[in-house]
Amino acid sequence: MNPVTYHRAASVAQALESSAAPGHRLLGGGTNLVDLMRKGIERPTGLIDVTQLSETIALAEDGSLLVGAAARNSAVAAHPLVRSRTPMLARAILAGASAQVRNMATIGGNLMQRTRCLYFQDEAGSRCNKRDPGSGCDAYGGFNRYHAVIGGSPACIAVHPSDMCVALAAFDARVRVAGASGTRAIALVDFHRLPGDRPDLETLLEPGEVIEAVEIPAFAGPSAYRKVRDRASYAFALVSVAAGLVIEEGRVADIRIAFGGIAPKPWRAFRAEAALRGAAVTQAAIDAAMAAEFADAAPLPGNAFKIDLAGRTLSALLAELSGSDR
Amino acid sequence: MAIRINGQEVAAPQDARVSLLDLLREQLHLTGTKVGCNQGACGACTVLVDGARVLSCLTLAAQADGRSVTTIEGLGSAEAPHPLQSAFIAHDGFQCGYCTPGQICAAAAMLREIAAGVPSYVTADLTAPALPTRDEIRERMSGNLCRCGAHNGIVDAILRVAEEQAA
Ligand SMILES: Cc1cc2nc3c(=O)[nH]c(=O)nc-3n(C[C@H](O)[C@H](O)[C@H](O)COP(=O)(O)OP(=O)(O)OC[C@H]3O[C@@H](n4cnc5c(N)ncnc54)[C@H](O)[C@@H]3O)c2cc1C
Ligand code: FES
Ligand code: FES
Repeated sequence: MNPVTYHRAASVAQALESSAAPGHRLLGGGTNLVDLMRKGIERPTGLIDVTQLSETIALAEDGSLLVGAAARNSAVAAHPLVRSRTPMLARAILAGASAQVRNMATIGGNLMQRTRCLYFQDEAGSRCNKRDPGSGCDAYGGFNRYHAVIGGSPACIAVHPSDMCVALAAFDARVRVAGASGTRAIALVDFHRLPGDRPDLETLLEPGEVIEAVEIPAFAGPSAYRKVRDRASYAFALVSVAAGLVIEEGRVADIRIAFGGIAPKPWRAFRAEAALRGAAVTQAAIDAAMAAEFADAAPLPGNAFKIDLAGRTLSALLAELSGSDR
Repeated sequence: MAIRINGQEVAAPQDARVSLLDLLREQLHLTGTKVGCNQGACGACTVLVDGARVLSCLTLAAQADGRSVTTIEGLGSAEAPHPLQSAFIAHDGFQCGYCTPGQICAAAAMLREIAAGVPSYVTADLTAPALPTRDEIRERMSGNLCRCGAHNGIVDAILRVAEEQAA
């Protein structure tokens, strides 16, 4: 690890001031950044600890839930407001990592965490356009079970690893960001970028900007999150689904679907939602919705199974939400 | 400021790269806390910071400045073992013992989490308090791997302590 300085920001203004310095990076729980520094993939010269910033979890006037960027993942999942109003968010957070990691990890850090692609993580032995632009991508011809089936590019098929962000994408969360010239809100579905020919650019956050909070609008119906993985716990998703469903007179009045584990960003399934809105939730309707959603998919031999797995997981979750899974 | 480690004040290291794990083991010779993967995957390095279980390998010592750290040495001793330590012995909750300090620190915090009503991924009703069942304990302890495969004994030991606490 390179030598690095450390100090704590007491306010967003202080964090903004220090993060403008070259080589400086914000530090949340450190569960991703410290690991990547030790692996030589991240090389900051200064760390600004932002865990003293707002960790508030509260209802805003419009009924949306406001969560400060410094709130720990475990605190958000355990909060009564989150458990009762947005259970899929609590469940998604609880599906991620281990209790120890969730106690450390912040909401800001979770949004900004980098891919677990083995070739990205292997500084010494693998080519990776995200880590070293222009060097190539070893995932294409390599072990790509954990890689994207949709939204990737010839330059990169790395998956965004967050469980929490899948729930946030499904429920139209907004990321509140502070910068030198004021604050702005970015829709979570736009926050993470697709790789295109610049897989090294991962989010819309500009250098020097600080995430202040996440806002999650209320959703009227029941919601849930389900994760499928290679072992029962403490593993990243092969496929995960966050969904919310409102049925009126036997037809879908409102529906939200987002997938994790299959794309370079939390994948909001807008096409599938459009296909299901107004329909009865039947297997045929779900199959048609999945076909529409994955029309542009680009599966590889190692990960093509994920499209079927995503469809089956969605069916199971919608059955659970419509109370017909017994 | 200083880090309070098992009740003793220790100055945070000058070099910000030093992890809490290295501070404990290399500088303070508190070698009960173990180094496994050094990348967050195994839980061998689990300690309590302000009562919450965390991974000392991914915590910079500087991040613990002003906080209170408890390691396995602070939980119990050979003369006055923590109930979990006694239960691990009684239920064969280990073989080589390498993962054990991390398991016990994690379990101590985990039982408090259940008592405080914190849910887990397998808690069916997120709005109701969870109970310390075998399934709950397995899920909640999944951040602590055991290469010897002593998991059944580990879960038995933790269940026993949970029962004792409930009685
Ligand atoms: C073994 C292991 C298993 C895991 N398994 C899962 C899993 O199954 N599912 C899952 O979803 N996640 C998993 N994770 C990832 C974990 O969720 C992330 O590492 C964590 O959320 C990152 O949060 P942090 O606060 O520790 O971030 P840090 O490591 O502190 O920071 C990460 C990034 O966020 C930036 N950042 C932090 N705060 C801000 C802010 N306020 N504004 C702008 N930028 C900021 C930092 O500069 C850095 O680039 C796992 C991690 C480990 C180590
Ligand atoms: S040594 Fe810290 S988790 Fe493995
Ligand atoms: S007892 Fe040997 S690793 Fe757990």
